[in-house]
Amino acid sequence: MEESKVLMVFGPLHITDTVLSTWGLMLVLTLFCVIFTRRLRCESPSKIQVLLESTVSLIENLIADILPGQARKLVPFIGTLWLFLVFANLLGLIPGLHSPTGNLSITAALAIVVFLSVHWYGIQHDGLKNYLRHYLSPTPLMLPFHLISEITRTLALAIRLFGNIASLEMAALLVLLVAGFLVPVPLLLLHVIEALVQAYIFGMLALVYIAGGIQSQQQHKDKREKSS
Amino acid sequence: MSPIELLTVVSTVAALIAIAIGVMFPAIAMGRAISQALDALARQPEAEKSIMRTLFIGLAMIESLAIYVLVIALIVLFRNPLIEYVLN
Repeated sequence: MEESKVLMVFGPLHITDTVLSTWGLMLVLTLFCVIFTRRLRCESPSKIQVLLESTVSLIENLIADILPGQARKLVPFIGTLWLFLVFANLLGLIPGLHSPTGNLSITAALAIVVFLSVHWYGIQHDGLKNYLRHYLSPTPLMLPFHLISEITRTLALAIRLFGNIASLEMAALLVLLVAGFLVPVPLLLLHVIEALVQAYIFGMLALVYIAGGIQSQQQHKDKREKSS
Repeated sequence: MSPIELLTVVSTVAALIAIAIGVMFPAIAMGRAISQALDALARQPEAEKSIMRTLFIGLAMIESLAIYVLVIALIVLFRNPLIEYVLN
């Protein structure tokens, strides 16, 4: 639980190394995507185009498994989460840099974005009134439990990612202190696996929550149509 | 023993016990979940995709329990909020 270093100060604004690495990562990813999607060709695509296309179609297939028919709408959000988190988690492996996701502020921000997007996609799909109605189903007695689950799962999303990445870095540091140079290398290999798994899980849970927001109304609508 | 020493000893011991117990039970739960998933996989290999997906999500849920314990242990060790009462 170390404090992140303050690199620059602009008035009341303190720029820490976490902010800098996050923005740097965003810049690199955006520039990469912008530059390599400028000349897309149908015939004889370049190697990078094949790589990008297969990445996008992989993400689309994963989303379509959970939410068939809505995949196109969710690819931008979930795909961005996945790509950002994979590279953010792996950033800790570069000497001198820390994973931005090892900071609770970043993971909390991502979790809040997921929390808001659940409602955004839910309301977009079926309107405000019908969306709010699912909080009262099956009985209005369930309202407090729905609200508690909304809050705790957002909290869990943030704490899980932060705890995993921060503890991995800390474990590698402790082994380095106890055992010495080059001994934590196996732990760093574990870091690679854990980084990929945690990114997958964060995006997948976001997807499952959004799917829950959409599908709960779907069931509601089906029931109403049946009864009428 | 002065209060600050007592606090140090107690919080260290408490953190060790908490992490020991808090890792043990999620480990049992994860073992059960994986064994059941393997059972289901052996019975229905064609459902591999959805079984693996559900297994991963479930493991993440169980694992986050152990992570909560870790976070609490770290708070107790490094950012103990009770230390202010002792110092005053």
